[in-house]
Amino acid sequence: MLCLLFFLVTAVGAELCQPDAENAFKVRLSIRTALGDKAYAWDTNEEYLFKAMVAFSMRKVPNRETTEISHVLLCNVTQRVSFWFVVTDPSKNHTLPAVEIQSAIRMNRNRINSAFFLNDQTLEFLKIPSTLAPPTDPTMPIWMIIFSVIFCIVIVAVMLLIFSGIRQRRRKSKGPSEVDDTEDKCENMITIENGIPCDPLDTKGGHINDVFMTEDERLTPL
Amino acid sequence: MEKSRPLWANPLQFVFACISYAVGLGNVWRFPYLCQMYGGGSFLVPYLVMLIVEGMPLLYLELAVGQRMRQGSIGAWKTISPYLGGVGLASVVVSFFLSMYYNIINAWAFWYLFHSFQDPLPWSVCPLNDNHTGYDEECEKASSTQYFWYRKTLNISPSIQDSGRVQWEPALCLVLAWLVVYLCVLRGTQSTGKLEQLANPKAWINAATQIFFSLGLGFGSLIAFASYNEPSNNCQKHAIIVSLINSSTSIFASIVTFSIYGFKATFNYESCLNKVILLLTNSFDLEDGFLTASNLEQVKGYLASTFPGKYSEVLPQMRNCSLQAELATAVQGTGLSFIVYTEAIKNMEVSQLWSVLYFFMLLMLGIGSMLGNTAAILTPLTDSKVVSSHLPKEAISGLVCLVNCVIGLVFTMESGNYWFDIFNDYAATLSLLLIVLVETIAVCYVYGLRRFESDLEAMTGRGLNWYWKAMWAGVSPLLIVSLFVFYLSDYILTGTLQYQAWDAFQGQLVTKDYPPYALAVIGLLVASSIMCIPLVALGTFITRCLKRGDTPPAA
Repeated sequence: MLCLLFFLVTAVGAELCQPDAENAFKVRLSIRTALGDKAYAWDTNEEYLFKAMVAFSMRKVPNRETTEISHVLLCNVTQRVSFWFVVTDPSKNHTLPAVEIQSAIRMNRNRINSAFFLNDQTLEFLKIPSTLAPPTDPTMPIWMIIFSVIFCIVIVAVMLLIFSGIRQRRRKSKGPSEVDDTEDKCENMITIENGIPCDPLDTKGGHINDVFMTEDERLTPL
Repeated sequence: MEKSRPLWANPLQFVFACISYAVGLGNVWRFPYLCQMYGGGSFLVPYLVMLIVEGMPLLYLELAVGQRMRQGSIGAWKTISPYLGGVGLASVVVSFFLSMYYNIINAWAFWYLFHSFQDPLPWSVCPLNDNHTGYDEECEKASSTQYFWYRKTLNISPSIQDSGRVQWEPALCLVLAWLVVYLCVLRGTQSTGKLEQLANPKAWINAATQIFFSLGLGFGSLIAFASYNEPSNNCQKHAIIVSLINSSTSIFASIVTFSIYGFKATFNYESCLNKVILLLTNSFDLEDGFLTASNLEQVKGYLASTFPGKYSEVLPQMRNCSLQAELATAVQGTGLSFIVYTEAIKNMEVSQLWSVLYFFMLLMLGIGSMLGNTAAILTPLTDSKVVSSHLPKEAISGLVCLVNCVIGLVFTMESGNYWFDIFNDYAATLSLLLIVLVETIAVCYVYGLRRFESDLEAMTGRGLNWYWKAMWAGVSPLLIVSLFVFYLSDYILTGTLQYQAWDAFQGQLVTKDYPPYALAVIGLLVASSIMCIPLVALGTFITRCLKRGDTPPAA
């Protein structure tokens, strides 16, 4: 009798938990990818822990505080490691709605992940999308800060150069204006050939004192 | 009459200015691309031949003209012949076009530089979509670096017709870039510079073109720089030095770029393989870690034979990973700089450091070239008495920078990148060829090669080698004419012009035709600089005729 009951229960359980059954979820683990050498083997004890974590998550849902480990059914465990699971109600005849299971798992995702040393990418619940971490938007974008710093430095440098240029020009215009006049006169007398002043070609620079020149010539011996 | 002209403090400053002008972004993003397209190392042969036959002679010619005439481009050519003032004017117009669009590259470099101080780098991760369940769709379809370039930096519109608004972030960076340029040219142009490229299937054509534009001939910048030289300066030696350094920088940059390509190709190939492995592992519930790169093909064959139905379902999702295909993706221009390089950088250790260094380098190159360009515009302006008597030097530079900055805001609009491509491809190419051709003919035949030779001897104290004379009088003009003919015929044969537009829904580039008004702008760009030459010649001729008509010539 007991055997028959047990057989009945497992048969019902088998029907409830099937790939693509109603309210069933597929889980995929990539233990070797996550842990490399420290990977543990997936055995029935790990399955027990998984059932416990799911039951724990369901217990946090109002009205489901009486969920037991035995209510969580696993099936079709592959070498991947992947399997399907469902959560039944206390009568073990119906499975709990997918929406409830989804929200329960999402709220406790971190706890479940850390129990297995995995993360959202290596412990996947297909059809339960994980909430990605929101981007940290600082109040002032970093680039603006650096931009403002460089901008201010450049503006200050430009101002400095302009003002020093103005000051230099003022000093020059106040200074020896006579020197300027004689320079202008000298330049006026520079011969221009074909638009090019001969000045660049003249190595002496045009500062010859005529008085001394003529005296030398006078004193030149016959 | 002529105030004493400001001089370079020493010849080294002049050489550095020329090098800085010539070495620029083209060395980094154009030359490696050409090497890759035309057989790698073997491209060096036409490149070096063109360097010796075309690059060095023309560079020497421009420097010699500037040093001899001691004026900016307009004054220098007017001195050679009053009818040729148009050549200088055309140079200034082309430089003006260049400075309009070139500084936006510096703005983009600043943008990326400022964004390099974050962890993780903003172009290494996709942003989340609205309900935080996955990544943004456009970013998924393209890649995170492409998304950051096309969406976050450019906010590009689907075609050139959709102008959109001016984007304030790149506009701010553009203003900053112009402020930096103004800071450097404010006191007079005693600083740096560089230049660009073009393209076509024939390796020799490309080598000739690359040398030509890479050295920055025809803009008037080199004439401007040389005009501040001592007359006795040995510009022949400097011409050789500058062209050699420019070419070796290009070659060095290609070595770096090729290693970046290799790194990126390997990385992409391995992640492609990993994706295929994950797909197969999940679809067939194989043991985790069983599939590796080495047994992938074997297992694929086994699965295809054992589970044909399921395998055929999975097959369309599997990409064929090929290292050759990854290596063959050659990119040039802004695509190389801002997409490929950033993709490589994001996968390196300490990526923030490499990113900062890389964009700082781009900025140095870009600003260096901008200064040369601005010199080409400012020198004729400050030389002309009309302008310099009314405004001080600072005001002239400020005005030029302001006008260019305001016009440059066009390139910060959503369709700005498409207009940038138009300017980049057409503003300086045909016009420059014609300008340099007229320059060479003017010096050799209008001014007289013998006269120029004796001027140079008197100036520098050294004779002119027969090699330079042969090149200037014969080989280089012929080469330029053939390049010019080639480009014209190529354009006529191809017919309509097309451009690459970014499609946000597909996450890739699509080819579209230019609308008529864009074609009109292209025509205007090319014509406005070329027309200067005949128009000024005609104008001078008419004024002379009128003057001769009014006053009878003196006995």
